[in-house]
Amino acid sequence: MQAFEYIDAKTVSEAVALLDDKGEKARILAGGTDLIVQAREGRRTLDWMIDIKSIPEVNVLDFDSETGLTLGAAVPCYRIYDDEAICNAYPGLVDATKIIGGTAIQGRAGVGGNLCNASPAADCIPPLIALNATCAIAGPNGEREIPVEEFCTGPGQTALAKGEMLVSLKLLAPQQNSSSYYLRFIPRNEMDIAVVGAGASVILDDDKQRIVSARIALGAVAPTPLFAEEASELLSDREITDDAIGEAAQAAQAIARPISDMRGTAEQRTHLVGVLTRRALNGAIQRVKDTG
Amino acid sequence: MARKSHVQTTINGETVEFLCEPRQSLLEVLRDELHLTGAKEGCNNGNCGACSVILDGRLVNSCLVLGAEIDGKSVETIEGLAEPDKLHPIQDAFLENAALQCGICTPGFIMSAKALLDKNPNPTEHEVRYWLAGNLCRCTGYDKIVRAVLDAAAAT
Repeated sequence: MQAFEYIDAKTVSEAVALLDDKGEKARILAGGTDLIVQAREGRRTLDWMIDIKSIPEVNVLDFDSETGLTLGAAVPCYRIYDDEAICNAYPGLVDATKIIGGTAIQGRAGVGGNLCNASPAADCIPPLIALNATCAIAGPNGEREIPVEEFCTGPGQTALAKGEMLVSLKLLAPQQNSSSYYLRFIPRNEMDIAVVGAGASVILDDDKQRIVSARIALGAVAPTPLFAEEASELLSDREITDDAIGEAAQAAQAIARPISDMRGTAEQRTHLVGVLTRRALNGAIQRVKDTG
Repeated sequence: MARKSHVQTTINGETVEFLCEPRQSLLEVLRDELHLTGAKEGCNNGNCGACSVILDGRLVNSCLVLGAEIDGKSVETIEGLAEPDKLHPIQDAFLENAALQCGICTPGFIMSAKALLDKNPNPTEHEVRYWLAGNLCRCTGYDKIVRAVLDAAAAT
C-alpha cells in the first residue's frame, strides 16, 4: 500500500483542523472497509489518514422514542442491528446494515462511512433518505445540517466542503403507525453490490387502510441515490390499493436514469425500480400492520 | 517513509509491542512482524475472509484494519485457539467432518465460526450460512464446513 501518515484524532476540532490544513490529501478513516481498499489499489492517493474512532461524538448511538436517533458517523453496522429499540424504530435502515458485506465487514463498516463513500449503489442511503435523515456536519466555519438527499453530489462526491466532516446522522422519532423497508436486487444471496436498491417509509392512518404520507428513495439508478419526490407525493392521503402503489412505482421508474454495466442493463434496472418500489412500499405497510 | 507507530496490544491474551508503518495492515503486522502466519492473505480487499481475526470481540478482516489502529485493543487469532495438548472444539469438528481441503480458508472460517458461537452458542443452519457468507472456500467444501460448525455448537 502507498505510504501515508496515520493520525488518531481525539476531537472533532482536531480532525477538522487537520482536514482543513491537508485538503484533498487527507481522508477520514472510520471503518476503513472502503478507504483502505481504495488506498491499496491506488484508486485514491492520500498522504494522511485521520482516524476518528477515538472521537466521542462519532461513536454516539443514542435513541430516544421522543427525540429520535443520533447515529455517530463511525458507528459500525453491528451496533445498529444489535440494538432492539433501533430495529423496532427504523427497520428500513436496519435492513441495509444487515446486508452490507458479510459479518466481518459489518464489524467495522458503518452507515456514516457508507454515506461519505457516496457510491450510487450504497445500501444505507435510500433508507436514510426514506427516513428523512439529516447530516450533522462540522467544519472550519462551525456546524451545519443538511438533508441526506443533498449529501451525495456524484459518484464518490459529497457536499462536504474543504475541512468539513460528517459527525452524525439525525433521524426523527418514528411517528405512530409508521415503518420503513429497504431491499435490493442482487443475483446472489449475500455479499454483493445492489443492481438496484429501493427504500420506503410510510405513515398510515389509525385504521391502517390509508397512507398519510410516504417517502421513497432509489439506489444504483443514477449518479447519486435519488429521493423519488413525485412518487412519494402521489401516495399522500391515499387509500392503500394496488393501483396507488403501482402509480408510485411508475413515477419512481420515471426518474431512474440507470446505466448498463456488468451488474445489469439500463432496461433491467428500470424494470427493477418498479418491482422494488412496490415491494419496499408493501413491506413497510406490512410492518405497520404487523406491529398492531 | 512515514514514521513508524509504536503499538501496544494484546494478542491471544499476551501483551505484545511492535513498530509498524501506518500503511501496514493488521494482517501484514501479524504475518510479517509477529510471525503469526495463521491468518491468510487471499483477496486483500475484504471479500474472501481468509484473514478473519477477532478484534475486541468482533470479527473483522485483518486486511482492512491498519496495524496502527489496534493500539490498546485485543486481538484473537487462530494461533490462540488450541491448548498445548488439545484442539479447540471447532478445530476438532473441522477435522471430524473433513471440513477442509487445501486449508487456506480454514483459519478464517474457524475464527468466523468462533465469533458466531461466542455470540450465539446454538445457531440454526440458516444462521451459520449467513454468518459465514463473508468466508470463501475455493475447494467448495461449504456443506462440510457448515456441518462442522453445527457439530461444534452441539459439542459445547
